[in-house]
Amino acid sequence: MTGHVSIRLASERVNHSVSSSNELPRFYTPGEVITGMQDFMRGHGTYAEDDSLKASVAGVMQKVNKLICIRPLKSRYVGEIGDVVVGRVLEVQQRRWKVETNSRLDSVLQLSAVNLPGGELRRRSAEDEQMMRKHLQEGDLISAEVQSVFSDGSLSLHTRSLKYGKLPQGTLMKVFPSLVKRRKNHFHNLPCGVSIIIGNNGFIWLSPQKQDVLYEGNKDEIEEYDLQPVNRSDRETMARVKNCIAALVASKMMLDDTSIMFAYEESLKYPSVKDMLDPEAMLDIAFLAQHRINNAIEE
Amino acid sequence: MAGLLLSETEKVFILHGVQDDYRSDGRSNIDYRPMELETDVVSHASGSARLRLANTDILVGVKTEIDVPKPDKPDSGRIEFFVDCSANATPEFEGRGGEQLASSISNLMQRAYHSSQAFNLKQLCIFEGKQCWKLYIDILILECGGNLCDAVSLAVKAALFNTRIPFVKAALMDGGNVDLQLSDDPYDSKLLDVGSAPLLVTLCKIGENCVVDPSAEEESCSVISLIVGVTGNRQYYTQEEETDKKTMEGKCTTIAMHGPGSVAPKTLKEAINQGIIAAKSLDEALGQALLRERQENIGFKKHSYGFLK
Repeated sequence: MTGHVSIRLASERVNHSVSSSNELPRFYTPGEVITGMQDFMRGHGTYAEDDSLKASVAGVMQKVNKLICIRPLKSRYVGEIGDVVVGRVLEVQQRRWKVETNSRLDSVLQLSAVNLPGGELRRRSAEDEQMMRKHLQEGDLISAEVQSVFSDGSLSLHTRSLKYGKLPQGTLMKVFPSLVKRRKNHFHNLPCGVSIIIGNNGFIWLSPQKQDVLYEGNKDEIEEYDLQPVNRSDRETMARVKNCIAALVASKMMLDDTSIMFAYEESLKYPSVKDMLDPEAMLDIAFLAQHRINNAIEE
Repeated sequence: MAGLLLSETEKVFILHGVQDDYRSDGRSNIDYRPMELETDVVSHASGSARLRLANTDILVGVKTEIDVPKPDKPDSGRIEFFVDCSANATPEFEGRGGEQLASSISNLMQRAYHSSQAFNLKQLCIFEGKQCWKLYIDILILECGGNLCDAVSLAVKAALFNTRIPFVKAALMDGGNVDLQLSDDPYDSKLLDVGSAPLLVTLCKIGENCVVDPSAEEESCSVISLIVGVTGNRQYYTQEEETDKKTMEGKCTTIAMHGPGSVAPKTLKEAINQGIIAAKSLDEALGQALLRERQENIGFKKHSYGFLK
């Protein structure tokens, strides 16, 4: 038994660009002059200096009438009300949890903004506050919705719906938030048998699809169910989806259920999932997926 | 290494994956992630290399200096390792945060290179008992994505392969002192014989099994990881066909353990064997990549890719 090792040289680096026409959008770098100040309005990512408007972040320009904004390519997540996010609990505090959501400041999940497992109603009491760690402890991953945005930009989350809450077994991927396409629905059960949550904050959660949902069972039963081993075929599909997303991200393609599914279908020509870690295979998958997206748009 | 918070269920998922010999990105327990290597990236160093393994980014520079050999080893040169954990890698390295990790890695490398079978220091000797070359190996950790030790050892070996030591043109004896005249031409220099330099292989014990090349998530699931230093094989680093049977076998030069857990003797034996096998395939891949790069830039280096592009 020998392991698989591949070392490639920097000169053999693969260019991940998949844009069909060679027209890349104009990129602005910080400090670059966008335009003279004459009747333009200063938007996000810009500043005025010496009678001209300059970019303060690296990104592409967006123009709405007279308002000029620069949208950064890589940035922390800027939350909006109603966004679906995936986050990790960092701290258990007085009547609230601190949650890491890839934004500039940690988000807050109030105890009053959660549904307890099993749909049990919460009684406001001291014991209830002491039970907080039983419900969500440090390191736990949750899916939630942004309830409000505080004045400093930090987010207040809520999980007052059956689809939100603590996440079972699976893997987390971190991508740039700017690559996540805003959709009505961010919870998808892909036809290949993987359920996926594409958080607006760039955290993507992959888990095997649940056969029988045990919302009514008592808490211990749910917990036991959560720790059952995932079977091999589910694991393989999850790894494949994960590598597909990595391929799309490497080529800076927008992520939503269609692009992921296209990439998944194209990836099936690679029988072994680990072959998809190879940069050339990644580019191939991303390219074919982009091609199918273009075709779908034309139709 | 760098602490990463994981939930119970994520850990269970990784654990079952390792039991199944199928990890979350489709690799088996003995597979490495693809790496990218470039040598000669720092123009003012005698030798340098940059290695990127998934999210782990290592830059190594080699500086040569003339020094006096140690009295107990008058005919050997000296080699010194210094690791710097950049705060760019993780905020935990800020200030003195990375110092412990840095010193543990540099000690480990020092131990692995200590044996004369691993790296022949005699090739650094200039004038027995009086002058020798001293190699300062500066290792910069730019990003942490798990599996630091393996990446560091690979990058160091690549940088040493790339190192050029100027020839000595003339030596003047002046009483007890030696005055050396070095060649000014950067191409009038010799290369080091690094074929047998050791590589480190980290074996992360997750549940009952050991995995190589753990990602940061996998590292935080394991209670203990074993690091095995294994000598390289000279034949991978030369174009000439050599059939020296003695140098074929990888030898274990150092073993270290990280983490609070314990290892049963049987597991330890298995892990060492697994490490030697992994080191052999690593060594072969590294040798091939380095030779390929040397072929590409005979004479002058055409392009430097570095961190941009």
